[in-house]
Amino acid sequence: MLIVCGPYFFEPTKVILKSPYFQALNMNPAIKINGIHKNFGSLHALKGIDLTIEQGEFFALLGPNGAGKSTLISILAGLIKPSAGDISVMGFDVVNQYQQARQLLGVVPQELVFDPFFNVREMLRFQAGYFGRGRENDAWVDEILEGLGLADKAHTNMRKLSGGMKRRALIAQALAHKPPVIVLDEPTAGVDVELRQMLWEFIKKLNREGHTIILTTHYLEEAETLCSRVGMMKQGEIVALDSTANLLNKFAGKKLRLTLGDVSLPDSIQSLLRHQEDGIFTFALSDMVQIEFVLSALRAANIKVIDMQLSEADLEDVFLSLVGKSS
Amino acid sequence: MNKAKVTNSPNLKASFRGPWTLLKKELLRFWRVAFQTVAAPVITALLYLLIFAHVLEGHVQVYNGIPYTAFLIPGLIMMSVLQNAFANSSSSLIQSKVMGNLVFVLLTPLTHFQFFAAFLCAAIIRGLVVGLGIYLVAMWFVDIHMANPLLILAFALLGSALLGTCGIIAGIWADRFDQMAAFQNFIIMPLSFLSGVFYSIHSLPPFWQKLSQLNPFFYMIDGFRYGFFGKGDISPLISLSIVGASFLVLALITLKMLKSGYKLRA
Repeated sequence: MLIVCGPYFFEPTKVILKSPYFQALNMNPAIKINGIHKNFGSLHALKGIDLTIEQGEFFALLGPNGAGKSTLISILAGLIKPSAGDISVMGFDVVNQYQQARQLLGVVPQELVFDPFFNVREMLRFQAGYFGRGRENDAWVDEILEGLGLADKAHTNMRKLSGGMKRRALIAQALAHKPPVIVLDEPTAGVDVELRQMLWEFIKKLNREGHTIILTTHYLEEAETLCSRVGMMKQGEIVALDSTANLLNKFAGKKLRLTLGDVSLPDSIQSLLRHQEDGIFTFALSDMVQIEFVLSALRAANIKVIDMQLSEADLEDVFLSLVGKSS
Repeated sequence: MNKAKVTNSPNLKASFRGPWTLLKKELLRFWRVAFQTVAAPVITALLYLLIFAHVLEGHVQVYNGIPYTAFLIPGLIMMSVLQNAFANSSSSLIQSKVMGNLVFVLLTPLTHFQFFAAFLCAAIIRGLVVGLGIYLVAMWFVDIHMANPLLILAFALLGSALLGTCGIIAGIWADRFDQMAAFQNFIIMPLSFLSGVFYSIHSLPPFWQKLSQLNPFFYMIDGFRYGFFGKGDISPLISLSIVGASFLVLALITLKMLKSGYKLRA
């Protein structure tokens, strides 16, 4: 019979139908967030977040510093208690059914933390052990070590690893119990290109195998390349939630970059201006027709175009237009 | 859409593996630095023994027919058991909090009771290992008889459990190393030194005798010593009841702190 342990040592209360392993086979969303509020004193950090992430998604949660992304993830992980609302992981409430919810969740913390007493393999075994996994999990640990380029560092003490290697070990720890839902909070902050590529290959492979991935990052090109859906947060609220393709179509279109020098733009095209620096003006255009509109307005104002570049808008443009400033 | 395969069906054994892993990690943590966590307190206790025994042997009258050196040894053993049980849980928690790696445990499905049990057992084991070490080395100096081994074991277990619990409370409460040092230097050290380790409280003036009886460490030291000599300053059953009740109260407070997430979960 399958049993999961109750809140106390000697209280094995839940039977097979309540098992997270049984429930993992159901069709509940990977993450369901209902009306989450969080107050820190007078600061209203989260203002009623509603969000559903389906199983198997590769989802990006974007926003500037202080938008509330990490607070939301900390509530999901049980590190912070919500002031109101609820979150479930594959149908299990993260407060009332935290044991089952955490079994299904792997979170990579943003801070580069480590335990200086142990080596990489020991830490991974401990981490898996906390989730009830024993030696039978060693093959998976080996796969993580290989996939993240840590195999030759398996017996190195954590404090002797470089910053990049510590980041890999941190990611490996979150994956040690093979969770179906993986949350990566700024996993590539301050790491080199090689690790980023290696990490994304490994994470993409996990996603192909069915793991749900939730990513927060300041590297918007990563989110654009990897994620099928994007949520953007600003000041504790979700300001955009759509597929990456739809967001690009809906908010951006084309990007026209004109070198004009030290001039004053006509009022008629001010609303299209997104950015201005050192005589270079960047306009966000919804279609090709607007190019001629901008150029004719400049001609009418006797402003000479020194250089011109036209490109497709990217997620950063969407982000800037919604959030208003760079992350 | 694919679904992630979840392997390894849970069972009762797997449910125990979580707290057992945390206990194992805590044991390895102090064993990796055994010079500092075991050898050093054994040496310190022996230095006390050598100095106090040399200076006071023959000058201080304690129990009839019991030499001062023999009287001193159980007190030193118990004091070290208590101090090291406290040090184990408190230092592990404050280090993990300050370094941030406590998050690895907080992210797991371990219950507050499992968390408490693992830290408590590790503290008890460290206390007992240090106590056993002092006993074995002290045997070279004085042959001391155990009148009631069960009583010795009961006081060692309950005493280390009580101080291990105090260490968990201090570890949760303190945010900085200096707060922890204050807890240790202004509460634990004075209480342990003024508990009758080096003297019988019957040798004190009546006021100080009464004051000593307010010190919970006195009951642990005296009860533990009773197990060796069959005599003490107070009935061992009273001492055992006071120590046991104190442990239960503090354990309940600790469990409540852990369940509420006090200072651990914002």
